[in-house]
Amino acid sequence: MSTKSVKNSKIMNNNKNGILPDKIDRFEVRIAGAGGQGIISMGMLLAKAISLGDKKNASQSQSYGPEARGGATLADVIISDKTIYFPECITPDILIALTPGAYEYYAASVKPNGIIIADSNAVETVVGSVMTVEVPILKTCLDKFLNPIVANMVTLGFLTEFTGIVSKKSIKSAVEDRFEKSKFLESNLKALKAGFELGKKFKSEGLTQIEPGICLNL
Amino acid sequence: MHKLPEVYDYLRWRKRFPTVWCSGCGIGSITGAIIRVVRSLGFDKDNVTLISGIGCSSRIPIYVDFNTLHTTHGRALPFATGVKLVNPEMNVIVVSGDGDALAIGGNHFIHAARRNIGVTLILVNNSIYGMTGGQVAPTTPIDAIAHTAPYGNIDPPFDAVQLALSSGATFVARSTVYHIIQTENYLKKAFQHKGFALVEIISQCPVLFGRLNKMPDPVDMIMSQKENAVNLVKAKKMTEEELKGKIITGIFREDNSKVEYTESYAHLIQRVQNQNEF
Amino acid sequence: MPLPRTTADGHPIMFVQGNEACVQGAIAAGCRFFAGYPITPSSEIAEGMSRELPKIGGTFIQMEDEIASIAAIIGGSAAGAKSMTATSGPGFSLMQENIGYAYIVEIPIVIINVQRGGPSTGLPTKLSQSDTMQARWGTHGDYTAIAIAPSSIQEVYDMTIDAFNLAEKYSTPVILLMDELIGHMREKLILKHDCELELRERCLPEVPTEWYVPYKSQTNLVSHPAPFGMGYRYSVTGLIHDTTGFPTQISAEIKSNLESIRNKIITHRQDIWKWQEYYTEDMKYLIIAYGSAARAARDAIETMRAKRIKVGLIELKTIWPFPDNPIKKLAYHTKAVFVAENNMGQLIHPVREVLPERIDIIGVQRYDGRPLEPMEIIRAVKEEIYA
Ligand code: SF4
Repeated sequence: MSTKSVKNSKIMNNNKNGILPDKIDRFEVRIAGAGGQGIISMGMLLAKAISLGDKKNASQSQSYGPEARGGATLADVIISDKTIYFPECITPDILIALTPGAYEYYAASVKPNGIIIADSNAVETVVGSVMTVEVPILKTCLDKFLNPIVANMVTLGFLTEFTGIVSKKSIKSAVEDRFEKSKFLESNLKALKAGFELGKKFKSEGLTQIEPGICLNL
Repeated sequence: MHKLPEVYDYLRWRKRFPTVWCSGCGIGSITGAIIRVVRSLGFDKDNVTLISGIGCSSRIPIYVDFNTLHTTHGRALPFATGVKLVNPEMNVIVVSGDGDALAIGGNHFIHAARRNIGVTLILVNNSIYGMTGGQVAPTTPIDAIAHTAPYGNIDPPFDAVQLALSSGATFVARSTVYHIIQTENYLKKAFQHKGFALVEIISQCPVLFGRLNKMPDPVDMIMSQKENAVNLVKAKKMTEEELKGKIITGIFREDNSKVEYTESYAHLIQRVQNQNEF
Repeated sequence: MPLPRTTADGHPIMFVQGNEACVQGAIAAGCRFFAGYPITPSSEIAEGMSRELPKIGGTFIQMEDEIASIAAIIGGSAAGAKSMTATSGPGFSLMQENIGYAYIVEIPIVIINVQRGGPSTGLPTKLSQSDTMQARWGTHGDYTAIAIAPSSIQEVYDMTIDAFNLAEKYSTPVILLMDELIGHMREKLILKHDCELELRERCLPEVPTEWYVPYKSQTNLVSHPAPFGMGYRYSVTGLIHDTTGFPTQISAEIKSNLESIRNKIITHRQDIWKWQEYYTEDMKYLIIAYGSAARAARDAIETMRAKRIKVGLIELKTIWPFPDNPIKKLAYHTKAVFVAENNMGQLIHPVREVLPERIDIIGVQRYDGRPLEPMEIIRAVKEEIYA
């Protein structure tokens, strides 16, 4: 995609629900990538944080190939003020694509006023009608932690800060719960924080609301 | 000699005689042996569960006054595993035929032995499928005739004792119906053994195996057990050629050093609960 | 600050998979023995039970196969413990022989089937509801089955407890039909306190041992064979038996044995049946569904109601015995009935059996391993309306 950095003059939208509407009928987040990338645990943490921490209804469902590693993996998180019945994404509001395959396969299903978050190193995006954010997730992991394994935490941190669909407090608690008494707690929290910072950097570029057809790349 | 009424005491009042077994069959003698051993050990009837699968010998539980479970073909050992795990104090005895334990239930047999669960398996080996009418069994000798081997059996037979030994059973013995005193001695040891015990008892089926293989007289069959039985000690000095067609009897293994399965699960529970306290 | 671990009124709160909710339900229901064999997509239940049971002094064992697993839990239940196993299609097929054994010897057990696509190895990681009929007719011979089906994580927990209660109440195997979607998806789960649980314990005999007869002679009463080791020694056999448990060939006794295992369920079906109605008061069109298909149906109905299409739903919680009368009653004034399911059409058969010919019965089916989507149901209803 021909990238253009967007400076936008509109005032930062500091809604406490982030990009979530005040009354949430049904908000869909799809996280897609390969097995072993921690896709499902990302979905689980997100949904858990929203459900238990932010007191909204959230469900998480998943789909994966039989191979534990390497197969295509999908985690769907649905957020709503009402009871959630159908637990899978139909037209996602947010797509997180961590592999080229995930982008190619699901980008077209995203709502026109939705957001695609793609890994800038792994995914080659094309100009479409949906706002696309290319984030150097893998690069951050390798630069900062010399380890791609925490990519899911960086992504989660970025998603939290950039979209505000979950509160930072809740997502941090969810990660703490998940790695309670584990020696990996610290590295995961650090990665989450790195994700927050990445999100802040993108936000400070002045983008305030979803701009269909725009690609944001720093 | 025990007096008849004492054995009677262990038979269900509604189901004494006639049994389903043919006259001359070895299973009756084995039933008597089981009862006498349980009685001599002073086991409470309530504390004995006799479990079987399907076959002639698997009908034993119908007649005896213990907790009894007459189950599906080949599956007696997993049922027994469930009973023993839930009630480790129970004396769990499984009676199984050769088809039941070595063909359809072969997998359960090796895994029960591997776990060393405290169950005694009495394997009544009559070399044929009796209940279904004389078909070839995994223990039928080569060249023997059966209704599904009318031209002679070509399948090499299983040696249950070797199978048990290599699967990790901690008590393994073989005897015959003819040597009923010896059989009772082995059963006595097996019932008291902690861990998986196999007692294979070579039995006679005169009505099917005997008739098909020119030995229709039960007495002849019992006498052939007498003639062919070779004690383990003696067998060790014999050549393979000499051992052909012989029945090696004796106690092949008696190992009390291995921990029994329900005991090791009890340890596991303790470990987990201690961990959780702190 | 950690995420809340309890609700405002102090109930433990979790965000877990259906399979984990099933583990929590089983432990709450008093399950103390589990035997199983790993199989996708139900393995998390075995894993959870292996973690939880030793903590409370219960026993977990991984058997050599599913045949052994079900045999072990029948043995465990005969010895007095509430027992359960969990599996999926291929394992459920292997278990059928001994499920039949449990029917005839009337020993309570709970079998969880997290359905996946079949036949054979089929689609291990994808959902399906294609064991609907197998849950009713899986093992050979004449019998009547109980199968119940949850559609949410909270319901998995509640209905696992129900399954144990039904099993103890009717001394029979009870099948909990989940599917891959319900087994693996996560939602909030609120646990009950022990004092709030209504649990049914094993019905023990009260007569002196010498008067004891394990099986009832009146064919609509429920027999409760005594656990081993209590002094009630009797014969348990998979052969057709008389009231004392002995094999029989007498015509009257054969009939009585078979009728008792059927009638104890049929005569109490009102008590067993559970279903949920949704927008049924004024409906012109009725959808019948269970499990994950019912979730899609609810979504579809919300959308259609917003467009003033008068459509309602019966979400079956009890699949077997089939709630024929309630369906007959509710469907009476409708124009068409839609049976939505994730298979090639199984639940539609008993529906066809109970409804009069004037009502159109339309199957909405999906069998590619993906959940039935709300849109597919809406399309089917619209096609019927505008046809
Ligand atoms: S068929 Fe053979 S084994 Fe069976 S009862 Fe008769 S003699 Fe015994």
